[in-house]
Amino acid sequence: MTSATLTSGATLGSQRVSEDVRYHEDAIRLFVIAATFWGVVGFLAGTFIALQLAFPALNLGLEWTSFGRLRPVHTSAVIFAFGGNVLFATSLYSVQRTCRQFLFGGEGLAKFIFWNYNVFIVLAALSYVLGYTQGKEYAEPEWILDLYLTVIWVLYAIQFVGTVMTRRESHIYVANWFFLAFILTVAVLHIGNNVNVPVSLTGMKSYPFVSGVQSAMVQWWYGHNAVGFFLTAGFLGIMYYFVPKRAERPVYSYRLSIVHFWTLIFLYIWAGPHHLHYTSLPDWAQTLGMTFSVMLWMPSWGGMINGIMTLSGAWDKLRTDPVLRFLVTSVAFYGMSTFEGPLMSVKPVNALSHYTDWTVGHVHSGALGWVAFISFGAIYFLVPVLWKRSQLYSLRLVSYHFWTATIGIVLYITAMWVSGIMQGLMWRAYDNLGFLQYSFVETVAAMHPFYVIRAMGGVLFVAGALIMVYNLWRTAKGDVRIEKPYASTPHKAAVGAA
Amino acid sequence: MAQEKKGFSHDLIERNTLLLIVLTLITISIGGLVQIVPLFTIESTIEKVDGVRPYSPLEVAGQSIYIREGCYNCHSQQIRPFRDEVERYGHYSLAAESMYDHPFQWGSKRTGPDLARVGGKYSNDWQVAHLVDPRAVVPESIMPGYAWMKERPLQYTDIGDVLKTLRIVGVPYTDEQIANAKADLEAQKNPDADTAGLAKRYPKAVVANFTGNKTVTEMDALVAYLQVLGTLVDFTKYQSPKQLQQ
Repeated sequence: MTSATLTSGATLGSQRVSEDVRYHEDAIRLFVIAATFWGVVGFLAGTFIALQLAFPALNLGLEWTSFGRLRPVHTSAVIFAFGGNVLFATSLYSVQRTCRQFLFGGEGLAKFIFWNYNVFIVLAALSYVLGYTQGKEYAEPEWILDLYLTVIWVLYAIQFVGTVMTRRESHIYVANWFFLAFILTVAVLHIGNNVNVPVSLTGMKSYPFVSGVQSAMVQWWYGHNAVGFFLTAGFLGIMYYFVPKRAERPVYSYRLSIVHFWTLIFLYIWAGPHHLHYTSLPDWAQTLGMTFSVMLWMPSWGGMINGIMTLSGAWDKLRTDPVLRFLVTSVAFYGMSTFEGPLMSVKPVNALSHYTDWTVGHVHSGALGWVAFISFGAIYFLVPVLWKRSQLYSLRLVSYHFWTATIGIVLYITAMWVSGIMQGLMWRAYDNLGFLQYSFVETVAAMHPFYVIRAMGGVLFVAGALIMVYNLWRTAKGDVRIEKPYASTPHKAAVGAA
Repeated sequence: MAQEKKGFSHDLIERNTLLLIVLTLITISIGGLVQIVPLFTIESTIEKVDGVRPYSPLEVAGQSIYIREGCYNCHSQQIRPFRDEVERYGHYSLAAESMYDHPFQWGSKRTGPDLARVGGKYSNDWQVAHLVDPRAVVPESIMPGYAWMKERPLQYTDIGDVLKTLRIVGVPYTDEQIANAKADLEAQKNPDADTAGLAKRYPKAVVANFTGNKTVTEMDALVAYLQVLGTLVDFTKYQSPKQLQQ
């Protein structure tokens, strides 16, 4: 545990580059505000479209409010608006501290990235509602918006890499490896998946060069690695900085970090074809996708162990610090969904799960449990620091948020397990005479109660997020709630008293 | 644990940003290259079958509406080679059948049924009535209604440019097809017109006044697209490498 990486970890706490100069934090405050705002918007949009599936009258008969146009608004709002702003905030915050250096390009470049990225988000959402889309999941923006995003992303890469290159630490801290891999790979994926020819330079419509089976492979190479690098590698960067910081313990294993990093980024890229099992994609590609998806379980769990075991010697803090509870629970959810993922990538399992709600539930155990929870943890950590407050307005409210959101997730994923497996089984059920037992629409009708339960899970998740907004607002104002503090009774003392 | 003195040390990568960047880029490139490049070079990837043709102009316009409305969010166009799917939807999908789809419309979720072979399964009138108000036809349906589409004129002044663009990305439209794009689009909606040229250029295209409206509406285009899905390959002549045993 005496490695250089941990040496640089020891300097994580320094707030200043030198005694009288502060790190750049103005833009990071903006990113945190935007992340919180988009989080609520994205969760609300998700809850609304969940209700549309339970009560189709909510499509309102208007072209702008149909499920087909709003679903990309939800996915983009939570992944790219909420997740993206969280990644900007956390990466640009931690890179300064782990490199003991200001942002390369300064506050001005960071703010430029902030405004343009968020304008991009608004334009993308508007374009979906108005019917402009490439029709590729998680890559819906049309060509002109893709170009805009490319420029913003290159500037972000320059700012991040520039800061790392001008660092005053000898070593690059492990969180920065993950952030770097996330930034570089997302750039490669975004460009690779969006090689299009516009019909006219003044119109939005464009057609991609690839078609059919190649188009499917390229799309899921992109799509799965949007999960692998945007929602995993980037957020692992958050884990490697914020979990040790909050637990005030060094990363559990330096060796495991190295193995985790290289195996994760190598294996993830291969997993895309598991979205295309039993399709017209050639079998060899499907088999590769399945094999690497199963192997991916190992680095995923290595990373989970590294994150959770970082609490060694500080487990008692889980009782007294609900912010740390968010961070650690997120890593546990990461472990759960990275076990479920390889399971679902096995072809016979996929034969049942594919095209059903099981996939939707799986995505949300990762998205709500892992991505959103680690984001909440990081935001609760950041707000008092960025607004120069000694503490959060209320730790009790953080705990209420935690339990509300957790119950919401449990409702969501259990409802989707039941509905997904049930629908998969109904599709393949035969009666005694050898006929298909259910018409398709009978399987749709059977989903209704689970769609209602899922929407209730969404409502709870939104409610939790609103508790967070209130808590952060009061924190920024400098208020402190009068409440019973969490007693930091050591376990031994508790036993002794009994 | 002290750093090993002998051999390679990860320490080197941690001190050198460019080395970290280059090694990362190499590491993340391998899988994608191995899986994507051969799909363009291995000839058996796309089966050799008769009948698959580029979409007619009205069908292309219909596919644009299908994409615009996000139909792929709830409908797949990819039948897997399972007994129940083949009985429910028809012959399993071939790669050749989506070779002119830019991008592919295989989908990832079946909130509604698969549409890969929906063409000809229902009448034109059923399709229009269902799109206008799904629950009027299928009470348990949770699909949004698209009543407004029935009245809205289709924008197709640039249909020739659309076909030209598709030719750039690899769809083999002929000069003749591009020159006749607008006429073919209008002819497919008008059973009284001379549709011999259309039928020659786009065999099996469904010609009908789908909505009964005078102008070509978005609904006409969408139904024309739905009605051709999965109908192009003649499976009585198709021999698969491993025929389904049923």
